[in-house]
Amino acid sequence: MISFEVEDLQGEVKTVEVPEGISLSLMEVLKASEYPIAATCGGMALCATCHVEVVKGFDGLPAFTDPELDMIDTLPNATSESRLACQIHVSEKLNGALFKLKETVEG
Amino acid sequence: MIKTDICIIGAGPVGLFAVFEAGLLKMRCHLVDSLPAIGGQLSEIYPKKPIYDIPGFPAILAHELVDNLKKQIDPFNPTFTLGERVEGLRKLDDGSFELTTSDKTIIHCKVVAIAAGLGCFEPRRPELPNIILYEGKGVSYMIKDPETFRDKKIVIAGGGDSALDWSIFLSDVAKEVTLVHRNESFRGAPDSAEKVVELAKEGKINLLLSANLTAIKGEGKVEAITITGKDKKVTELEADYLIPLFGLSPKLGPIAEWGLNLDKNAIEVNTFDYATNIPGIFAIGDINTYPGKLKLILCGFHEAALMAQSAFAFVYPNQKLSFKYTTVNGVNAF
Repeated sequence: MISFEVEDLQGEVKTVEVPEGISLSLMEVLKASEYPIAATCGGMALCATCHVEVVKGFDGLPAFTDPELDMIDTLPNATSESRLACQIHVSEKLNGALFKLKETVEG
Repeated sequence: MIKTDICIIGAGPVGLFAVFEAGLLKMRCHLVDSLPAIGGQLSEIYPKKPIYDIPGFPAILAHELVDNLKKQIDPFNPTFTLGERVEGLRKLDDGSFELTTSDKTIIHCKVVAIAAGLGCFEPRRPELPNIILYEGKGVSYMIKDPETFRDKKIVIAGGGDSALDWSIFLSDVAKEVTLVHRNESFRGAPDSAEKVVELAKEGKINLLLSANLTAIKGEGKVEAITITGKDKKVTELEADYLIPLFGLSPKLGPIAEWGLNLDKNAIEVNTFDYATNIPGIFAIGDINTYPGKLKLILCGFHEAALMAQSAFAFVYPNQKLSFKYTTVNGVNAF
């Protein structure tokens, strides 16, 4: 099992577990776990509605792509630990990480 | 007041195609969208991306699909209210509806078809505690009429293409343009970024990089903007307008207040005709939910066709509907 934590907009932290070897992005796992993210563009790094801040485990994540950096650059509330969940492939590298949601359809 | 048979909320691909299906049954449509252009997320988010699952098109660019849909519905003369959000919905005693938009446009219709996708696109707000108080009083997220800013002092915030393009454009209109960006360089369109730097050198744009908005000041309207650099240097600028351009994010918005049954930000419908719990209101496309729902444009097209069949009974209560193929009858414009 791959295990990491997710903090929603209300500050509630929950552990999310996914089987190893699963071919999904973090955005897809968040949606499947019923977090209210819009993921408008479906995973093309074009809408930033899956913006997360990596509170723990930032350095272990796969590298940024140019489109992801371009999109993050346009956001008002980005930090130096901002990522787009759709660009993070779920793997063992996510073990122990904490992702804080930055944008949902609710707020 | 605008009078129509069906008011379609949302001018994305499904809303547009609903005009065609309604038009075949001689029902007129008026579309409302909060975005200034038709096409919904196809125009706003990914106009140049190919779509591979539109039947009959092995691949089609999103903006081409919007262009084609527009051409397909032109014979039925749909009317549009763009750049306005539907705020209010009232059912009248005779079963018809009155809708009111953010700009106080009133639309009277017999049927409402909600094709609002993931909701309406709203501007991303910078995290400034009192910004809501200044909206419409100097804070503007959209530039509808550039002349508003003639000879004014404006601060634009953002690092994307629209922040760059509007800074360039308004440098010839406004008295003073300041562009504030969080990073030390721009990743947006290189030509626009280069032009902004050039204009900054000429003194036509005041460029504040590696800096963030930290406060708005003013009695009842924007009078000054405080900007704090990564080096902690604080700058206070006199300003008449603040234009934050950080892109758009979909929100369900006022739809949530209309008494419709919702399930996780989607409107519950039946799969017979995609009717909601309120007679005369249908929901089609990504905004609805039902067992087995797939958020695909092609599913929305199917939903629009079935919706139109049932909408007919509200528009022409005394007529019997007889189903006809376009191959037999053609498309009869009106």
